[in-house]
Amino acid sequence: MPAVADLPSPPPITPAAPAADRRRRLLLPALAALLLGAVLLSAGAGAMRIPVPAVVGILLQRLGLATGLGFEPQHEAVLWAIRLPRVCLGVLIGAALGLAGASLQGLFRNPLADPGLIGVSAGASLAAVATIVLEATLLAAVRAQLGFYALAAAAFAGACGTTLLVYQLSKEAGRAVVATMLLAGIAVNALAGALTGVLTYAATDEQLRSITFWGLGSLGGASWPTVLGALPLLAGPLLLLPRLGKPLNLLALGEDQAAHLGLPVTRLKRQLIVLATLAVGTSVAVAGSIGFLGLVVPHLMRLAAGPDHRTVLPASALGGALVLTLADTLARTAVAPAELPIGILTALLGAPVFLWILLREKRRRLA
Amino acid sequence: MFDVQNLSYLAGRRPLLRDVTLRARPGELLAVVGANGAGKSTLLRLLSGDLTPSAGTVQFEGRPLRSIPPAVLARRRAVLTQQHPLALAFPVRELVLMGRYPHFRGQPAPPDHAVVQQALALVGLAPLAGRSYPTLSGGEQQRAQLARVLAQVWEAEAGFLLLDEPLTGLDLNHQHHTLEVARALVRRGFGVVAVLHDLNLAAQYADQLLLLRQGEVVAGGPPAAVLTPAHIRHAFDLDVELLPHPTLGCPLIVPVPRPAAVAPGCWPTPAL
Repeated sequence: MPAVADLPSPPPITPAAPAADRRRRLLLPALAALLLGAVLLSAGAGAMRIPVPAVVGILLQRLGLATGLGFEPQHEAVLWAIRLPRVCLGVLIGAALGLAGASLQGLFRNPLADPGLIGVSAGASLAAVATIVLEATLLAAVRAQLGFYALAAAAFAGACGTTLLVYQLSKEAGRAVVATMLLAGIAVNALAGALTGVLTYAATDEQLRSITFWGLGSLGGASWPTVLGALPLLAGPLLLLPRLGKPLNLLALGEDQAAHLGLPVTRLKRQLIVLATLAVGTSVAVAGSIGFLGLVVPHLMRLAAGPDHRTVLPASALGGALVLTLADTLARTAVAPAELPIGILTALLGAPVFLWILLREKRRRLA
Repeated sequence: MFDVQNLSYLAGRRPLLRDVTLRARPGELLAVVGANGAGKSTLLRLLSGDLTPSAGTVQFEGRPLRSIPPAVLARRRAVLTQQHPLALAFPVRELVLMGRYPHFRGQPAPPDHAVVQQALALVGLAPLAGRSYPTLSGGEQQRAQLARVLAQVWEAEAGFLLLDEPLTGLDLNHQHHTLEVARALVRRGFGVVAVLHDLNLAAQYADQLLLLRQGEVVAGGPPAAVLTPAHIRHAFDLDVELLPHPTLGCPLIVPVPRPAAVAPGCWPTPAL
């Protein structure tokens, strides 16, 4: 230990542990490359297989670049009208869910936090089920106005409504108390779940099928209008959340400690909740509730690159997009010509992976 | 300079602090002492802005504390709290780098890394810079947090440090070392306000003492004036004797033995 009488001269700067640092720098480019590959693969896969060179050729031609890569006209039609909007929607929603999960885990300082916790998913489900079951009577006027988008609009409104309720319940003297917010979220979730149950009980057989399918999630409704409708709502979270890495790191120190370092904690909490609600609300509105992605993907990224949110946030966006693109490819091809609900796949694959990680970490701690 | 006038704080209806007036100047170490629950931490949390006063004012460098933008304040004063919950397993180096966040946008510059290294060396943790924070012992965690706080105001002119029980969990060597670091900053023109439990350490290192009892000031001023047997008896309900320190000239406080403090009948005799 140095003498204190005169403060020490700067010792040489030792770089961070090189292996971990290299992994952290390589993670984002690696994920981006994997995502590009997955997108090309996914766009080609399906009832009509389009080879990857043809996919590249069609895309580049659309951009005004003649490549000489051969493709058939019906390839172009299928790719442009059916595959591409679906792949785009998958990428957008996957990124939004991954980011929302990572941000909320940072906000709640709890690795188990998940977009469901603040009531977003339950509220969206309740509103969507209400729209399906009550469509013939109460909501007929709304449905006539919004047509196809009635379900999405209702789900989005439900998501925002419940989150707002949870946030208001957790406020003490103008500050949202995070622990209370978790508890309020659990209570509101239970209430919304019960009301959804009541509606489900009252539903007809045909409505039940819609409810079940919606609850399991699917990108099957994707079209260019859906993508363009979701894009403005997702743009905010997708562009702003990755910039909150430094503030979220400070929040890990505790709220008071973060405030001592100059962080406007109350404003940050509000920002995080609004952006996460937008992200999850929009996703649930256009694709139903897709579970597990927002919980597992940030965990994987933290294992690969350490806890620094400046890496974890963008990595969770890319990772979420990658996982959802691959899951959707599988959902479309595994039981073709039928289609698996994507929420089943994310949970079916996600849960064992998550358990495997837990066990591996446990073994490593004991070793 | 912290200028505190007639400060009171109520938790619900319970007064935790009543009518405290004090001045903490640059170039001075002010130690806040008193029994458990005397309001020491409450006072520090009012100075750091965690709590809003029920009555009275806190001014920092001539302005009301609340009117100073958080980002400006963060470069002038740093706070070491009593509790250190760290939600994620950051490496020690990254934790200390967070002290530099108020100083850079985007990526840290080489001077920021240099400050982190120096702060870690100063608290004797340079060899553990790459270790994960949760794997450190309690005392090492405390020192890592101290390094973060030092890094935050490293190059500030006449900056301020607020330390809430900075010695808890530290061994004897590091207790003295932490206070030596504080003194070195005071010599550089810093103001330091520290909540301390050990009256002998306070007598040895502080320029000014503030003795609290049940939220009120018992005495304030230089250690020799505050640490009298009468004051200590009033504040701690403990009889002490003052001896002259063999080398330093500050008082040395020795409790008077109380043979019957815990009655023999306190524990029932086990039935055989």
